[in-house]
Amino acid sequence: MLKGRDIVSISDLSIEEIERIFEVARKMVPVARGEMKNENLRGHILANLFFEPSTRTRLSFETAMLRLGGSILDFSNPSATSIAKGETLADTVRMVDSYSDVIVIRHPYEGAARLAAEFAENPVINAGDGAGQHPTQTLLDMFTMVEEVGRINGLNIALIGDLKYGRTAHSLAIALDRMGAKIHLVSPPTLTMPTHILRRMNQKPAVHEKLEDIVDLADVFYVTRIQKERFPDPTEYIRVAGSYKITGKVVEKMKDSAIIMHPLPRVDEISPEVDNMPQARYFKQAFYGIPIRMALLSLVLGVE
Amino acid sequence: MDEQVLKVQKIKNGIVIDHIPCGLALKVLKILGIEGDIGSTVTMAMHVRSKMGWKDVVKIEDRYLDDREIDKIALIAPTATVNVIRNYQVIKKHHVNVPEKIKGIVRCINPKCITNQNEPVEPEFYLVSKNPLVIRCKYCEREMNAQEIANNII
Ligand SMILES: [Zn+2]
Repeated sequence: MLKGRDIVSISDLSIEEIERIFEVARKMVPVARGEMKNENLRGHILANLFFEPSTRTRLSFETAMLRLGGSILDFSNPSATSIAKGETLADTVRMVDSYSDVIVIRHPYEGAARLAAEFAENPVINAGDGAGQHPTQTLLDMFTMVEEVGRINGLNIALIGDLKYGRTAHSLAIALDRMGAKIHLVSPPTLTMPTHILRRMNQKPAVHEKLEDIVDLADVFYVTRIQKERFPDPTEYIRVAGSYKITGKVVEKMKDSAIIMHPLPRVDEISPEVDNMPQARYFKQAFYGIPIRMALLSLVLGVE
Repeated sequence: MDEQVLKVQKIKNGIVIDHIPCGLALKVLKILGIEGDIGSTVTMAMHVRSKMGWKDVVKIEDRYLDDREIDKIALIAPTATVNVIRNYQVIKKHHVNVPEKIKGIVRCINPKCITNQNEPVEPEFYLVSKNPLVIRCKYCEREMNAQEIANNII
């Protein structure tokens, strides 16, 4: 049902399609670990079209393609290499489209992936456009919850940190709400979720200023970074950021079944001592990016 | 339409766009693509007194517009009414209605939107809410309110 489809925004996918992606991703887990062989995408070419550096995302798509026996064309940093300055994105995309079977694009301008999808005949997967959408991140975040907690529907999910500028949290909040989760927003008063995001949610999220308010209630703690630049006064930053920090002491108050997630890289939002506690899932979450991308590539190329 | 406005300059055939919010008459013409030499007489009455306060009125002679064209006006003047005149008589009164898809009329307010980077695409928006008026960019998903829309008519 996803053959030939572009994956630009998480909102383009129905709940049924998201569940189908998870089902295929689940089968891909042993292949992603290297425990099973799968050469389904042999003969297919993925073009990585990265207009800004994002090594992790680029490598995760490469790994996913290579694990399935496919090949990679790398158009990273196109301004410095193969693509002429001043060429429109539309032209670049049409050229790369004719060389490959699927395009993965990362671009500094918002909406670039939607434009690329309009000009490419083959499927386009958005790997982040500016501060805009990053649907494979949203999918892998949700897949982590499904695999590690068992479901999304009915969960109490706390989104913590910079909810104003952190766009990861924006698309995730909208998607989780659609999947029937109860969302809790935990942020400093100056960094709350924008109203245009709240307007797109069916169920009104609970708003908390303190982490303590939900520490023993939440099933998922999704932690995002609070950036220094958001605060004119550095001591204010230290005070505020510190109050949302996940330390061993905080984790002790959580439910045993709760999980802690983070899109990585982290700076000091989560203390290293938490890494070995049973609730920590952020490294596993990063791994789930591989089977999710394997599933997406297989589905849009019509080979699963 | 107020009788007095009709009396001032009756037109034989064409359209009269009434109840435009004050100061937006020129923007209404712009939105309809009525600029330069269009071969018909355009009369504008700005800052006209009406029962509901002040308003602008635009009359375009010998010109008809289809409903979809007229609906674009709703983006900046949701209160406007369009009267179709034939032989000095109002033969149709049309209340404007914001279309679900808005293409090539409004520029996206987001400077980092791909539609603002010399790409060969027209900006396109979806209607999110009529009251208050909110539209969302098809590309960057940024939302714009009525004031932002009025300031960004192409
Ligand atoms: Zn835009």
